[in-house]
Amino acid sequence: MDLATILQILDSTIRLATPLLLACLAGLYSERAGVVDIGLEGKMLAAAFVSAAVAALTGSVWIGLVAGIAGAVALALIHGLASITFRGNQLISGVAINFLAGGLTVLIAQNLFQQGGRTPSLTGGARFTPITLPFADALRDVPVIGQLYSVLLSGHSVLVYVALLSVPLTWWVLYRTRFGLRLRAVGENPAAVDTAGVPVTGLRYAAVIIAGVLTGLAGAYLATGLAAGFVKDMTAGRGFIALAALIFAKWRPVQALWATLLFGLLEAIANRYQSVELGGIVIPVQLMQALPYILTVIILAGFVGKAIPPRAGGEAYVKER
Amino acid sequence: MERMPKWADAFLVPLISLLIAFVISGLVILAIGENPVEAMRIMVSGAIGSSYGWGYTLYYATNFMFTGLAVAVAFHAGLFNIGGEGQATLGGLGVATVLLSFSWPHWAVALPAAAVGAALFGAAWAAIPAWLQARRGSHIVITTIMFNFIAAALLNYLLVNVMRPAGSMDPSSARFGAETVLPRLHEILGLVGIPFSRASPANISLFVALLACVAVWALIWRTRLGFQIRAFGKSEPASVYAGISPFRITMYTMLISGGLAGMMAINNVMGEANRLIMNAVEGAGFIGIAVALMGRSHPFGVCLAAILFGFLYQGGAELALWTSIPRELIVVIQALVILFTGALDNMVRLPVERAFRRFGRRSA
Amino acid sequence: MVIDTQTGRQAAAAPAPAIELRGISKSFGPVQANKDISIRVEKGSIHGIIGENGAGKSTLMSILYGFYRADAGEILINGAPVDIPDSQAAIRAGIGMVFQHFKLVENFSVLENIILGAEDGALLRPSLSKARRALMDLAREYELNVDPEALIENLSVGHQQRVEILKALYRQADILILDEPTGVLTPAEADHLFRILRNLKREGKTIILITHKLREIMEITDAVSVMRRGEMISTVRTAETTPEQLAELMVGRKVLLRVQKTPAKPGATVLEVENLRVVDDKGVERLRGIDLTLRAGEILGIAGVAGNGQSELLEVLAGITTGTGSAWLNGTPLDLTGRTSDGQTRRESGVAHVPEDRHRRGLILDFAAWENVAFGYHHRPDYQKNAIFMDNAALLQDTAAKMARFDVRPPNPRLAARNFSGGNQQKIVLAREIERNPDLLLIGQPTRGVDIGAIEFIHQRIVELRDAGKAILLVSVELDEILSLSDRIAVMFDGRIMGERLPGDADERELGLLMAGMKGGPA
Repeated sequence: MDLATILQILDSTIRLATPLLLACLAGLYSERAGVVDIGLEGKMLAAAFVSAAVAALTGSVWIGLVAGIAGAVALALIHGLASITFRGNQLISGVAINFLAGGLTVLIAQNLFQQGGRTPSLTGGARFTPITLPFADALRDVPVIGQLYSVLLSGHSVLVYVALLSVPLTWWVLYRTRFGLRLRAVGENPAAVDTAGVPVTGLRYAAVIIAGVLTGLAGAYLATGLAAGFVKDMTAGRGFIALAALIFAKWRPVQALWATLLFGLLEAIANRYQSVELGGIVIPVQLMQALPYILTVIILAGFVGKAIPPRAGGEAYVKER
Repeated sequence: MERMPKWADAFLVPLISLLIAFVISGLVILAIGENPVEAMRIMVSGAIGSSYGWGYTLYYATNFMFTGLAVAVAFHAGLFNIGGEGQATLGGLGVATVLLSFSWPHWAVALPAAAVGAALFGAAWAAIPAWLQARRGSHIVITTIMFNFIAAALLNYLLVNVMRPAGSMDPSSARFGAETVLPRLHEILGLVGIPFSRASPANISLFVALLACVAVWALIWRTRLGFQIRAFGKSEPASVYAGISPFRITMYTMLISGGLAGMMAINNVMGEANRLIMNAVEGAGFIGIAVALMGRSHPFGVCLAAILFGFLYQGGAELALWTSIPRELIVVIQALVILFTGALDNMVRLPVERAFRRFGRRSA
Repeated sequence: MVIDTQTGRQAAAAPAPAIELRGISKSFGPVQANKDISIRVEKGSIHGIIGENGAGKSTLMSILYGFYRADAGEILINGAPVDIPDSQAAIRAGIGMVFQHFKLVENFSVLENIILGAEDGALLRPSLSKARRALMDLAREYELNVDPEALIENLSVGHQQRVEILKALYRQADILILDEPTGVLTPAEADHLFRILRNLKREGKTIILITHKLREIMEITDAVSVMRRGEMISTVRTAETTPEQLAELMVGRKVLLRVQKTPAKPGATVLEVENLRVVDDKGVERLRGIDLTLRAGEILGIAGVAGNGQSELLEVLAGITTGTGSAWLNGTPLDLTGRTSDGQTRRESGVAHVPEDRHRRGLILDFAAWENVAFGYHHRPDYQKNAIFMDNAALLQDTAAKMARFDVRPPNPRLAARNFSGGNQQKIVLAREIERNPDLLLIGQPTRGVDIGAIEFIHQRIVELRDAGKAILLVSVELDEILSLSDRIAVMFDGRIMGERLPGDADERELGLLMAGMKGGPA
């Protein structure tokens, strides 16, 4: 394998990891606050559709992005209503949201565009275009470092950089701000937060809404950055891979970056192997596709370092003494 | 101290939830410029207006009874099995393995063998997450989700690389022998002189599913194992005190749950397709969640809810055929049912409880 | 009259009480937890509130801390009416609360727990360094030493409690409410707590102490209010009352402090335990080599502060947890680790167990009474119809009979356990365990959360069982209960038995020293 191939694979790793990373961080905010979110998939899917549809109708990817975020936040609020206000089962709520998104997106897409549940292909201003980082062209010929910079880091759409910057930002918010302290506390022991005079409900809603915004970015990137339009079920389990990455990362932001990059790499390799399948490669592509899930099961089982979730995760807070 | 009568809890609350889900679905239909009343009419006539419609409705209901029971049994033990989809997938593999390994002389011999194969494969697929939860503490919800994806990849691999007959481009297994074709509903009903559509896939598996409902009821409410399952589901520390082993109950429950989900394959794989195809489960594993929630985890409720969802599925297919409303409407209804009977249960329940209390006080 | 020395201007007029409640009422459904409660707590005093379980103390304090809203009534702080809809409002009004079950984030540091909710600004760093300085001052002032950087999960219970007090003080609380603060403390830790409370009082803080321990009331409070069945019965100056008078006020009639029983006639050895050890799942050794012998027809009482291994002793003997060492029941070795160390096998061999926490272990609250009577004995042949099905009819009948014999009210076998009172729930558990005629009864906190009437009934049944020649191992944190029921008393501290005494010879001071680990030691 030559350097160019490796760079290509790594380049597509970054692209493929981006929606995973955004969704993973979304799950991180939510679960750190004690609200388990298996509805990442649905929120991403909703955002992918809404952003693509609005971008197609208005011709502006930016309006599409805002609309996509709004769509994901709307679903996030349903999740909040069910799991925070009405103290329902968070897992069941997540399952419902996934189906709601799966059904509604196709229903509305069919109604709006009559193209079998897809949006028209997005072109021009309705898509995110690659950004060339400063000096990328000038450094293109510098061996290794220049190539890494100009090929790997440069030339992605703006949401890729937003995702990458979200990692240090999330770390800073979580460990260096008042909001982060309270967020982590409410996921560990909501009673401690409540008796300290901070409303639990507000914090958890904030976390759930942030998760909505981040899944909104993830979905919008899928439909308007990675692809050029929405197709039915286009998230294809990415929400669950993000969930897997979250467990893999043990609910920590920097590790979330590595976990999603790893899963992105697996997907990139799987994509590439598929195209060179005739070459007689022995590892079945299905194994590559299943690998993130298998790895998560192994991690979850504690065979390679135990993953301990936030203690109050999944439980609605009921005031009691 | 009773908050409300049992019948209200068992029937009224789910019915109100269902009503809300339907009203919202009606609004969705209105919003996309169709007529909800007309849509309902098409669904009703398409799903239960003819014996053809009934045949499909009952065919789908059979699938959902198995997966609904699977989720319900696990619920009783306090376990949330989202893995019905993967377990049913493996069940199909079990059916195919059994039916392709021997040449079966008659369906009556093949059916029990295939059912055992389906149950064993489904149970085995549930056993791993169960073991991981009971011994390693990994959350069964996450592992069963992961196992759904792994099952899909595994089946994909097997169908493409192993089970595909030589020369076929289709990622599916060979046909099972003609002797293994299960009697369809029209043949069975024909025996007692009732005419029934010949074109519908409903088959003898329906009766196996109904039998399974009765068996699960007896298991949960009348046997020692059921007692232990319910006790464990209500309180793990108390169960340990009583000498009930959490490990054993988790394993037994998930084996039964996975076995039930797997047994769905006698309906869709053996009874309908007569060969193993890609994605034969078609989401029935997930619908089991809605069915179990709607049926309050009671086998009788599961049976009714499964028929309701069978109706929705067949009605939805008809709707897609005659109007511009796509089949996905059913997914939306399913989502709303899960949302209102599951996650937003308190939103429906609390006002009903309040109403009962007020009414009770006034009449007292 | 306690004069507030801090604010002389108020002392001139009649000083407003720190807290005044007027006509507070609160109902939960049909249950009236607080009925028209009025109380005045003087500034700079330590005010005790005493009452039985379920008397309404906790509800009242929850109203004061904004957990519940009163249905009627008024709260005045320093003479001014205030509205307390949530904990924030309570904190703003200068109220701090130390709950019985601490409200701390286990994997946070002391400092992080203290600033949580009381941060200065959006960034953490400045808040943390400010809190670190404040903590040092508070530690010096009130003997409240804790390592600010330590994680809560690594602190002892006593230190965790100090963090709770520090939390309140850091929030400038002038009024501190402590709910059963000594329940989990050793006598030495409790003494330290009382020193802290006196220091706080000296600085002009007002303290409300909720407890059911008369001794503490007499030792530290200035005034005491007695609650019974949701009502405020009386408020008296501590100096002008006696423990006997308070006990009578609490219960509403003269209390029978001793159980009627004849001397024990111990028979053959039933239980023998040698070098029994238990390590919990965190790797902490909770039992550090227990030796004991228990004979037929005697009650061995285990005294000790909660959390010194008594629970583990009961649980390992009942087959709930595993341990190492040896134990013999009627001469036959008990399996402490292997496949047969479970509750079911233990019951088969003649061990019955009334667990300390009936809500967590002893009952399934959503199950009907008859299902709870079967619970643990569901495999017994007389409850089976055939190889497959249970005999529910026989069970219902059996339950009805047991309920009648134990005077469980209402005598309805189909009612869910949740809907019985604490005393009746305990009777259901007791009926289930005693009526199987066990050789050995393990019984923990038999009367916790049980009304007075049922206490006498339960104590009588335990003595009757002893008189029938059974061996009884009794664990209780109520020293009075141990003293009145036991034929022999063993005191546990830190996973060891510190000494054994006969109830006639035991003096409470000496038992207290043993319980604190200040005296005695493993033999």
